[in-house]
Amino acid sequence: MGRVVLVTGVSRDLGRRVAHALADDPGVDRVIGVDVVPPRGDLGSVSFVRADIRTPVIAKVIAREDVDTVVHMSVIATPGATGGRNAMKELNVIGTMQLLAACQKSETVRHLVVKSTTTVYGASSRDPAMFTEDIEPRVARGGYGKDAQEVEGYVRGFARRRPDVRVLMLRAANVLGPSVTSPMTSYLRLPVVPTVLGFDPRMQFLHADDLVGVLQHGVHAEVGGTFNVAGDGILTLHQAVRRMQRPSVALPPFALGGLGQVVRRVRLAELSPELVAFLTYGRGVDTSRCRTELGFTPRYTTDEAFADFAADLAPTFTAPQQALALLAERLPEPDVERSAPVAVASGSVHPFVAPGGPRG
Amino acid sequence: MGDADIIPIGTRGRPGRGSGRARPSTSARDLAGSGSRPGDAATRRTPAAEPPDFAAPPEAPSTEAPRAPATAQERGPLAGVPIGDWLAAFQQAAAELFGDDAEQQLARFLAFLRRRVTGEYVIDEFGFDAELTERFFLAALRPIAEKWFRVEVRGVENLPTTGGALVVSNHSGTIPVDGLMTMVAVHDHAGRFLRPLGADLVFRLPIVSTVARRGGTTLACNADAERLLRSGELVGVWPEGFKGIGKPFSERYKLQRFGRGGFVAAAVRTGVPIVPLSVVGAEEIYPLVGNVPSLARLLGMPYVPITPTFPLLGPLGLVPLPSKWMMEFGEPIRTDEYDAGAADDPMLVFDVTDQVRETIQSTLYRLLIDRGGAFG
Repeated sequence: MGRVVLVTGVSRDLGRRVAHALADDPGVDRVIGVDVVPPRGDLGSVSFVRADIRTPVIAKVIAREDVDTVVHMSVIATPGATGGRNAMKELNVIGTMQLLAACQKSETVRHLVVKSTTTVYGASSRDPAMFTEDIEPRVARGGYGKDAQEVEGYVRGFARRRPDVRVLMLRAANVLGPSVTSPMTSYLRLPVVPTVLGFDPRMQFLHADDLVGVLQHGVHAEVGGTFNVAGDGILTLHQAVRRMQRPSVALPPFALGGLGQVVRRVRLAELSPELVAFLTYGRGVDTSRCRTELGFTPRYTTDEAFADFAADLAPTFTAPQQALALLAERLPEPDVERSAPVAVASGSVHPFVAPGGPRG
Repeated sequence: MGDADIIPIGTRGRPGRGSGRARPSTSARDLAGSGSRPGDAATRRTPAAEPPDFAAPPEAPSTEAPRAPATAQERGPLAGVPIGDWLAAFQQAAAELFGDDAEQQLARFLAFLRRRVTGEYVIDEFGFDAELTERFFLAALRPIAEKWFRVEVRGVENLPTTGGALVVSNHSGTIPVDGLMTMVAVHDHAGRFLRPLGADLVFRLPIVSTVARRGGTTLACNADAERLLRSGELVGVWPEGFKGIGKPFSERYKLQRFGRGGFVAAAVRTGVPIVPLSVVGAEEIYPLVGNVPSLARLLGMPYVPITPTFPLLGPLGLVPLPSKWMMEFGEPIRTDEYDAGAADDPMLVFDVTDQVRETIQSTLYRLLIDRGGAFG
């Protein structure tokens, strides 16, 4: 039996790439891409239908094409192209409601895959270090996080009303990739990266290829439920900035908010309150269920995803590294056993057991 | 002294150090004599232009050309000394100071510094940076523990050498110095890192939060505690929290309520032993004689301390009093014989909590007798 997959939000780069990858998938017969504006890039053999998911038209598309799998990629974080915050909220929330209403009415839909985000967990000083899927997210105050929470709420409601449909919700960490545009990537692309004074958040990244991979995997998997998806490991913001070899400037939180308005006006980046909260407190999500139950392991670790992203950015602040490299050339090679970074493998026994005799 | 040279003031009408301009100022011209003496050109040159063999600026390849005016850059006192000379001098100084191993030490330190600057270091999922903690935080705290507080540690054999364990300690001292000293003691005597659990206030404060995370602290919540214990870490918890640390000096060494017993539930769920730790000495470092509740509310802090020296002596009042410290790790309390549902049995949790609390309290009294005077 052939599969007919409907992908929403194909005008954006990630949606287009997912649709393209599914169209090339031998297990999928047809891919229908839906969006209000045509995509700019190459769609391959995807048939594009110009429809607004905020209107009931979407139900007709699903019925006419005998769609059995819906991949919802249309929850957006940047209002940029669509207009203001209101337009973004309407697309996210009303769009999802209409889409789910259409799915509920449809006789053919058997699978629903929703791309959600780890932003639903928010970021605060009272958060556990690693969020598992069972931890109930705090109610977000507004913005993208709130949209995502509401979308997830509607999706859960749909899953209750249509238990025969497999519903898979993927909470993806910040997606990085050479061509990805998101609040996070435009922030990291700023010529001078503003950071929150005195804070160094923990971050996880997901490579764009892995997002495409997990959605493609999710279309074929037999598993439903909610899963965190992120690359292995943790990177802090300062580590990231140093690896990019770019200058950063530490600002108090209120100044960062003011700067946010400036960079928004000049369309450089969007420092929304939830991004500032993330840049202050950071967030980590546990991905063990994604590996064991869903059976998907990202190909890129957080480090590698970031390295691939940073490879396109020209280093502009190399002086300290050059100075140290110059110094290092003139000194002998340090002997390895002491200088090797201590392995931080949780669960392992620490290599030094011998106490240095009683002190004090 | 008939042959004493006359040292002229000013620059004798030549472009001098003063203006940086090619044309000398009028006062300089006035100071200049009618004619210059022979040999003047050889003796008087600015240091920057003097050594033409090294650090010769590319703008002035020929010495015959009229001298360019001195610029601010050339006038710097360090100008013209190549980096190699600096390094050689530095290496020699280091060798004299630290002996033959100096180069190796320096190289190691530099390698460490390079890893920090390039961001090529590893942190775990809680934000713990083992390298930074061991080489920087603990190294900085060790002299304080050894020389200032003269920490005496007993019962180290009660700390397991492998696997998870929960170290439960009393809390005191206005500022959580006891936590830091416990980290040093555990690392130096048991060879393991203690992973403390901290209040959410710690993670709200700038700088403090980053240092705390790099040092291995994470939020005191059951999710994090169980995650750490399951991965076999040694976790430190101070269940009295702000009630213990911010209690007045008159109530020293009287244990406060041990929270809601969440630490017992975490230990029971993961089946790790609870190691009671009694710390004597931290109460005297900042004797809390007063509190400003209104200011505390304004700042969002649990209390604003007044000690005999703070804020009276200003920043000097932040220096802790050099009390004598004693730490004793008690016999581990096993939790692996309870079944899985035991963590949800409030009666059992309260029982174990009281057992831990009483062990620590009685050990405190014993240690106090052993110690004698607070500053002895």
